[in-house]
Amino acid sequence: MTEQQRKKTAYKKKSQLMSIWHRFKKNKLALFGLVVFAIMLFIAIFADFIVDYERDAISQHMTKRFMSPSAEHIFGTDGFGRDMFARIIFGARISIFVGVVTIALALAVGAVIGASAGYYGGYIDETLMRIMDVFLAIPQMILAIAIVAALGTGMVNILIALTVAQVPKFARIVRASILTVKTQDFIEAAKACGTSDSRIIARHIIPNAIGPIVVQATLNVATTILVIAALSFVGLGIQPPTPEWGSMMADAKSQMRYHEYLIIIPGLFIAFTVMALNLMGDGLRDALDPRLKN
Amino acid sequence: MTEKLLEIKDLSVIYKTDEETVYAVNDLNLTLNKGETLGLVGETGAGKTTTALSIMRLLPDRTGRITRGCITLGDLDITRASEADMRLIRGNGISMVFQDPMTSLNPILTVGEQIAEVLQLHRLDMSPEQKEKRVDEILEMVGLPADRKHEYPHQFSGGMKQRVVIAIALACEPQLILADEPTTALDVTIQAQILKLMKELKQRLNTAMLFITHDLGVVAQICDRVAIMYAGEIIEIGTTDNIFEGKKHHPYTVGLFGSIPDMTKATRRLNPIEGLMPDPTAPLGGCKFHPRCPQCMEICKTAKPLNIIDGTHAIGCHLFAGGAGHDARINLESTGGAE
Repeated sequence: MTEQQRKKTAYKKKSQLMSIWHRFKKNKLALFGLVVFAIMLFIAIFADFIVDYERDAISQHMTKRFMSPSAEHIFGTDGFGRDMFARIIFGARISIFVGVVTIALALAVGAVIGASAGYYGGYIDETLMRIMDVFLAIPQMILAIAIVAALGTGMVNILIALTVAQVPKFARIVRASILTVKTQDFIEAAKACGTSDSRIIARHIIPNAIGPIVVQATLNVATTILVIAALSFVGLGIQPPTPEWGSMMADAKSQMRYHEYLIIIPGLFIAFTVMALNLMGDGLRDALDPRLKN
Repeated sequence: MTEKLLEIKDLSVIYKTDEETVYAVNDLNLTLNKGETLGLVGETGAGKTTTALSIMRLLPDRTGRITRGCITLGDLDITRASEADMRLIRGNGISMVFQDPMTSLNPILTVGEQIAEVLQLHRLDMSPEQKEKRVDEILEMVGLPADRKHEYPHQFSGGMKQRVVIAIALACEPQLILADEPTTALDVTIQAQILKLMKELKQRLNTAMLFITHDLGVVAQICDRVAIMYAGEIIEIGTTDNIFEGKKHHPYTVGLFGSIPDMTKATRRLNPIEGLMPDPTAPLGGCKFHPRCPQCMEICKTAKPLNIIDGTHAIGCHLFAGGAGHDARINLESTGGAE
């Protein structure tokens, strides 16, 4: 095997995923977002190994109230003497878990609705999309508040509320992506080569439509995290004493003028996570489009 | 020895929507022999592409329908074949080259993968190595270096993309290629290259080709026979010599030639054919061309002309019905250049 041939085979082995990664990592900001999000994810998953949930994040220590950040409590303690660092770590678990699960559920449901509407068209499209329009007409926050108010607070109900609020967005995006791809000439060309419908969907439509969907999903994890925080802030989200960034800020709002770190730290974490996800989403959008290659 | 490959008999195709019915192709008859290139020429909306899509049975699901006639490829009746059979024929027995190479390639698959896909669909007995080899072979054949198969369509120029499209069409060595204006989207120098390539490959593989175009210059370069299409009908058909050199012509053909700028004659302006094609939603009685025809007679408005056959040349016009016929030369004077 000559050198050139070997180079050729090596080139071929580079998979689609590898080339997407190659393009993604050229975008330094997106890489930064990925690192930040990876750290958040890491502390969320391994929270139990870092601090003890019961002792540090839940139990109240009245002697240690309002301690400013120090070596022992790097983010200080709150009004009940609970370690802010521990609560932030466990808060990350809730925020990221709810954010990711909501989007995964909304994507799954929205993709089925959007794909059926886009692919079959006609009455199916009309019916499904008009129902989605009804949901889209209601602001996401109000819809979530209404659902939580109807079902009661609690993790599962919040998940349902947020998912329902997100489904129409995904249905619209999936439908639009499928419609634009479906009418393109290369789909016709694939048909003219004798490709079957299922193969056309799997090999030509979905890979061409997936880019915007993945990007939207990433960006929507960020908005969902904001909505959870906002719901908790107004008291409809995660209930105390469970640590959650939004409810931590709500707890701290009466002491904001004396112990500003109590509200700044969870705020910063929300902002950083959302920013990281947005940067990642933008980076993914560029990386998934081979036309922007090089 | 000529052997019949494709035969279209009395084909009628309509597009039906809630608002209207468009009669796109009306009683079209056509035969194509093995290894032959037939040019299908006509204005936009004459039904050229509809004819090609009917042969592939790729008319739009909801609206397009073949109402009458049959299309046979070899022994197979395409109008009656099952969808599964059609999938085996598409890409294998008949393949299609589309007008715009910019959009007829999937942007996120490498060109090698796209050529290999046709092989995967139709050459189930080939091993992956054989397929790889075949992809290299076919790329070299259309004049592209084989190691560019790992590149994406956007890394190729328009002419090169059309070469890739042709490579995909030829991968399974089909008996028939439907080329739907394959050079229209390309600039003139690339056009010439692509035409030369198609001609060479066609001869090498002995493939028949239905070449759809509205460019008479292209027809002269590549076709053995030419069919002139107007409002869903073939109004004149003959060998390229018949059409370009013959004395008798359908007035529409005369008009078509009159619309081409002539280098050798001093003309102040071109001579377009007056008027527009008849409304395809309201079928016209008699000869379809009569409202625009400079030599229209009473009979043209009521009776549909029969094909007057003279050897290899057939014209559907009442002018020639008497046998003697008018002498409709291809010159500007006869088309209303009397200004």
